Amino acid sequence: MIPAQFDYVAPSSVEEAVAALAEHGDEAKVLAGGQSLLPILRMRLNAPSVVIDLGRIAELQGVSEEGDHLVIGAMTTYAALLDSEAVNTHAAVLNKAIHTVADPQIRHRGTIGGALVHADPAGDVGAPALALGAELVIAGPGGSTRTVAAEDFFEDLFTTAVGEGELLTQIRIPKHTGWGAHYEKFVRVSHQWSIVGVAATVRSEGGSIAEARVGLTNMGSTPLRAKAVEVALVGKPATDEAVREAVASVADGTNPPSDLNGDSDYRKHLATVLTRRAVLAAAGA
Amino acid sequence: MTITDDRADASAPELEIGKARARKEDQRLITGRTRWTDNIQLPGMLHLAMVRSPFAHARITSINTDEARQSPGVVGVVTGEDIKDGQGLVMTAWPLNNEQKSPDHLPVVIDHVACAGEIVAVVAARTAAEARDAAELVDVDYEELPAVLDLKEAVKDEVLAHPDLGTNTSAVWTLDSAAQGSGTDVEDEIAKAREDGIVLEREFRQQRLIPSFMEPRSTVCDPTGEQMTVWSSTQVPHILRFFVAATTGIPESKVRVIAPDVGGGFGGKLQTTPEEFATIAVARRLGKPCKYTETRSESLLSGHHGRDQWQKLTLSARKDGTVTGLKVELLADLGAYVGVVGGGTPVLGAWMFNSIYKFAAYHFTVRTLLTNKTWVDAYRGAGRPEATFAIERMMDELAAELGRDPLEVREQNWITHDEFPFTSVAGMTYDSGNYEAATAKATELFGYDELRDEQRRRRESNDPVQLGIGISTFTEMCGLAPSRILGALNYGAGGWESATIRMLATGKVEVITGTSPHGQGHITSWSQIVADRLGVPFEDVEVLHGDTQIASKGMDTYGSRSLVVGAEAVVRAADKVIEKAKPIAAHLLEASVDDIEFTAGRFGVKGTDKGLGMAEVALAAWTGHNLPDGIEPNIDGEATFDPDNFSFPHGTHLCAMEVDTETGATTMRKYVCVDDIGTIINPLIVEGQVHGGLVQGIAQALWEGAEYDDQGTLVTGSFVDYTLPTSADTISFVTDHTTSPSTYTTLGTKGVGEAGAIASTPAVVNAIVDAVRPLGVDDVVMPCTPERVWRAIQAGRAVSTEGERDAQPHFDEDTPNQDPGASSPGSAGSAGSSGTTSDGSQS
Repeated sequence: MIPAQFDYVAPSSVEEAVAALAEHGDEAKVLAGGQSLLPILRMRLNAPSVVIDLGRIAELQGVSEEGDHLVIGAMTTYAALLDSEAVNTHAAVLNKAIHTVADPQIRHRGTIGGALVHADPAGDVGAPALALGAELVIAGPGGSTRTVAAEDFFEDLFTTAVGEGELLTQIRIPKHTGWGAHYEKFVRVSHQWSIVGVAATVRSEGGSIAEARVGLTNMGSTPLRAKAVEVALVGKPATDEAVREAVASVADGTNPPSDLNGDSDYRKHLATVLTRRAVLAAAGA
Repeated sequence: MTITDDRADASAPELEIGKARARKEDQRLITGRTRWTDNIQLPGMLHLAMVRSPFAHARITSINTDEARQSPGVVGVVTGEDIKDGQGLVMTAWPLNNEQKSPDHLPVVIDHVACAGEIVAVVAARTAAEARDAAELVDVDYEELPAVLDLKEAVKDEVLAHPDLGTNTSAVWTLDSAAQGSGTDVEDEIAKAREDGIVLEREFRQQRLIPSFMEPRSTVCDPTGEQMTVWSSTQVPHILRFFVAATTGIPESKVRVIAPDVGGGFGGKLQTTPEEFATIAVARRLGKPCKYTETRSESLLSGHHGRDQWQKLTLSARKDGTVTGLKVELLADLGAYVGVVGGGTPVLGAWMFNSIYKFAAYHFTVRTLLTNKTWVDAYRGAGRPEATFAIERMMDELAAELGRDPLEVREQNWITHDEFPFTSVAGMTYDSGNYEAATAKATELFGYDELRDEQRRRRESNDPVQLGIGISTFTEMCGLAPSRILGALNYGAGGWESATIRMLATGKVEVITGTSPHGQGHITSWSQIVADRLGVPFEDVEVLHGDTQIASKGMDTYGSRSLVVGAEAVVRAADKVIEKAKPIAAHLLEASVDDIEFTAGRFGVKGTDKGLGMAEVALAAWTGHNLPDGIEPNIDGEATFDPDNFSFPHGTHLCAMEVDTETGATTMRKYVCVDDIGTIINPLIVEGQVHGGLVQGIAQALWEGAEYDDQGTLVTGSFVDYTLPTSADTISFVTDHTTSPSTYTTLGTKGVGEAGAIASTPAVVNAIVDAVRPLGVDDVVMPCTPERVWRAIQAGRAVSTEGERDAQPHFDEDTPNQDPGASSPGSAGSAGSSGTTSDGSQS
């Protein structure tokens, strides 16, 4: 790999990292797990003059529990999340989605925070973050922090609420203990970005769906939450017929891309099939 | 010197041939204690970076290298103009005829760019990073020209890839069974069938593929005085040496080419490349050793591509299913230039479309066309996968037309085992084979009848997941090639192979082979062969290759030729060692030469228990102390083997695919292949070759395809978009063998390097089409993406609900057989000339 020349900074605290961002402004790129940034540098699609590596900031690592919330450090790798019993128990749909990310090497390097801030609509963690109602904690200059709901976090293609000079530090996820979960990912080869993905998590009561949350991957310029479908599913039995009807309009209003893997209208069709399957699987049907 | 007699009662040693030996070369390859070209570091070596054209077709109006020259570490920036005398020329070895148009292929272009990625300038710097940085500072002005990218556009000659040629057609080549006397006239057979039989017309697309070898290409050139030493990640060190000498003016005797360990090729490294010539030219100009190693992106863009054909087929048959005629019309995309065997690659398929079937008449035409895309040349199978795909798809279509089981229709038409040797309608003599035996074994391993039952149940229950069974009973021609046939085909070289065996004083053996392995395990297989032939331990055999100063003669490795042609040369060299050793052994044993028998490594005297081991004779030859009069102190053997014929491996491949009709997703359920590749030297290596080949062939069916945009930019320029499969995408294959030894070689081997890649593609596509044929689908364009499968189902259903199937021929020029989703419903319909409203096989 021969990228264009850059200076390398490796702060050891969030405070130092934010200070480095303030110093270098938009000349700097933040390196999390590097699974998207390094290919970009290698192909010289971007040539930042400074790379700020978050890899040495211990406070950004790991999963903890705070009452009704899971708190995930932004630099926690996919592999660490897969190993976390807390994630598996309280945010199962995130666990299921991460199982499908690329390959073991990438899962050992890539981080949840890096993926969320990179905001590729074909990435697999945005949809579960939306479905679980995650809150994103963002650090800014002078020790300030603010919290943004996942719904407000994704602004456009590769664009999030994290502003210049800011850093995503934590992902706070309300516990969905006991909810069934499934991530239905559609790809041609296993290590591919999602053509379409559907994250579904469902609370069942007596064979019916009491609550449902559905997030969509790669159905527009950002991950999307299918709220109308969530409402339509409430009270429905977990049967093929009932779910089929409730999710029929899931692609309405979406604007998925067209590329070699499929045209926009094919993706819309896929979303209806995959949502049905994801919801039924999440409901244990 | 002791005359041993203690081995008289020893039982014969276990034979090496047939043993599943782990590969000798793997220890160093796996641990990295080996030498790849990019590992080579020479004192004072410079690193090169290429400035490449982003445009598919352009005229260069100016090149400004001033800023790049002043960049840190830069030693030189070289343009095509700077090295126009002596940079050499990238050549084709196989002009199809004397009228063929082959545009000059300069390694570094001077004023005309014919495809994206062509080298415009070369930067030489102290480090690779400095070279890369400076390459971005070379300022090139281009005047863009209209680019011709599509084959069917190219044939119209409206936009020209090379305006000065006046046409995009490079050559037209024909094989006609009536004209050459190997069969009847195809038009007669088709006319007869139109009256009272079946005529099937189909058009298939062979998409463009990228070889995607593991090790990117790399070249190091060290000019030392007049001598030029070139290390390169190549399949063809001998051919490279020849072309460098032939086109640069450097005497052949001054050029040494070394292919060190090479990480894969699949045909992609049988080219002599612009990058090799450019590295040599810059090293000569600057008088310094230079290294160039491509990035993966450069490899995908600028290494040659494979396949890329439109295939029109017309098959005639009697009403009882007996095939009578086959007419093949190909358009083959050469890309921007005619590669070393680029023009000949589709012609390699000319003898294979008729495959194992007894057609009375056959006619083949190919038109090779120049376009403004990356040049196309041999890729695993080279011409034969394209042919096999087309005929095996046609046999399934014929079975569907007849409403019969496709295996049964094949059996009705194939050559039976008692008909060998059999001269095909294309004029090839197949020496041996047994299609019945391979098929019987395959169907049993597959559980053919059970899977057909399951298919029926799924159809009856309207299961959203349908099951299809695909068949490919393929043959191929390997062992390239008899030199006389190559000469008759206007090929520029011979097809022989060379070997030398050196008997060392300590009894160890050095085998020098003209083949150039790059992953095939020749070191192991050649050791097994020599161990048996000379009766020496497997461990005592060393195999040397790939350095033109050591293996001075050779034709290198491609086309499943190494074991068939190269190892036969090794066997013959070993036999010469034995013949030279015999008089020495006889002398030492005080016996007549006529009484010496050589078995299991021991020269024995008939009727006695006296004998000498090979090592003892080697030592005696080396000391020279006690040799018979007139015998030289040397028992080394050298042989060059030129085959009389090709070899014809065959096999039966069966594939079961599940098709999710809701999404178009396809999932492989089972894959069984029974290959007849003649004698097997090392079953473990064969297994590896078959598995790798299968995955590459399956990948053509399902995943891979090089795609360009309207400007001629390669869209699939990285492995994000060029979707190579991994082991996670494949299932466990069931592989087995039948054995009909080749009758042309001592060993009876037939070649296995390409079998899997040739056979598997049609098996997979046939299975997909079989799964959804009742839904009105009779073709899916490759790669069979879920979207294409789903759209084919939608199109088929739309036609079915209209209550009629349009029986128009596929050859309506206004509606070529495109992606079913993109075409009108009618053109996706069945096109049997019988005009029936067939909705497919219901078997």
